[in-house]
Amino acid sequence: MNKRSQQNVLIKGTKDGLTLHLDDGCSFSELIRELETKLSLNYRFQENDPLLAVKVHIGNRYLTEAQKEEIKELIRKKKKLVVDEIVSNVMTYDEAKQWKDENQIETVAKVIRSGQVFEVPGDLLLIGDVNPGGKVVAGGNVYIMGTLKGIAHAGAHGNSRAVIAASVMKPSQLRISELVSHAPEEYTNEGHGMECAFIDNDEHIVVEKLHVLKKQRPNLNRLEGGL
Amino acid sequence: MGEAIVITSGKGGVGKTTTSANLGTSLAILGKRVCLVDTDIGLRNLDVVMGLENRIIYDLVDVIDGRCKIHQALVKDKRFDDLLYLLPAAQTSDKTAVNPEQMKKLIGELKQDYDYVIIDCPAGIEQGFKNAIAGADKAVVVTTPETSAVRDADRIIGLIEKEDHIESPKLVINRIRNHMLKNGEMLDIDEITTHLSIDLLGIVADDDQVIKASNQGEPIALDPNNRASIAYRNIARRILGESVPLNPLEDQPKGFMAKLKKIFAGQ
Repeated sequence: MNKRSQQNVLIKGTKDGLTLHLDDGCSFSELIRELETKLSLNYRFQENDPLLAVKVHIGNRYLTEAQKEEIKELIRKKKKLVVDEIVSNVMTYDEAKQWKDENQIETVAKVIRSGQVFEVPGDLLLIGDVNPGGKVVAGGNVYIMGTLKGIAHAGAHGNSRAVIAASVMKPSQLRISELVSHAPEEYTNEGHGMECAFIDNDEHIVVEKLHVLKKQRPNLNRLEGGL
Repeated sequence: MGEAIVITSGKGGVGKTTTSANLGTSLAILGKRVCLVDTDIGLRNLDVVMGLENRIIYDLVDVIDGRCKIHQALVKDKRFDDLLYLLPAAQTSDKTAVNPEQMKKLIGELKQDYDYVIIDCPAGIEQGFKNAIAGADKAVVVTTPETSAVRDADRIIGLIEKEDHIESPKLVINRIRNHMLKNGEMLDIDEITTHLSIDLLGIVADDDQVIKASNQGEPIALDPNNRASIAYRNIARRILGESVPLNPLEDQPKGFMAKLKKIFAGQ
């Protein structure tokens, strides 16, 4: 044991609770050992003390789910501590890719024809029509520069804040998250120009003029600069 | 080296076989060497429409299975001097007797000898369809102004667009009834082309003579005055690369007085 290894675990008190800084230069087993000794040494709790939330900063170390669980378990064993979150500066390539996929707009120029299903993990910008019998599915929002005559499913993985917007709305079915809405009768003849669909406060899918979206989903409004 | 054009539609009864027969005939009239291939194995019709039924000796399955050479199975149309041939489908087998690889090879061999190989596709999207498109370079999708036919055409176009060896398909709208179009009881041509978003190759009016001619085994394209015949000939010319305007759909004025009026009107 040298001097430096004693610095692998730093405990700091903040107004939100305790923060554990775990150094990323040592091995995991070394870290666990030191955490164990440090926690058992320094703290004595009164029986009626409230639970203390602990934030764990692990710097540039990547922990697997099992290792995270091990640390949580270790801290939980010290009576009055509970892990609030584990903060890391790094993530795996797969996680990063998934995160990117779910947050980017995928642009495609094609006609989705009867029998075709087009799926994207994030937002979809379709330059073309969705014909009857065709289907587009997006993890995020669906924007269609063309006529939507088939099925559009936004927020397919459970995002109920997702919206569907189309230049011409004549859908046979709209789906947002778990909700499904069938085509109202009025669409059978004439489509309406530039509309959007979203889930309102009563948990129904509503179709509205495009400008309503600004109020309903402020997160889509990123206008900066100008007047 | 010629090119192979598959005539397809998805839905049955919209006029694939009629279109194949008349397109082949029209191309032969324009002086091209044409081979018609019927891939509707088990339900062959093209030979009947062409009036060549009685002269079939071997068929497509015989060629594929090696029971005869290609030229032995080809039925020559005597109305054209050495320009138009038919490779008939087998009537006693079914679609599974052939696979897409074999079809590709067969069509490839035919393309050596002919300017155009016209492939008549069966209805549906199963094995028969896959066989028919396997060797094709181009595709013509036939539809009628009915919602169900347009829906199926849309599906078929989607499937063809996935095939890299086939150019973007072209559209033929068949059996248009002018009076229903005028009343708005039928999908109009613009509506169909925007919906399917592919190039329009031609429109063919619904004409009783077409059925009569098919029953007699004389493709309507042989009649130089019929409007459906003119439509098919125009489609053939467009395939050859000519730019031909769409033919008008107006019903021809009937009777002596009407003709007289037309003459005086200077039309």
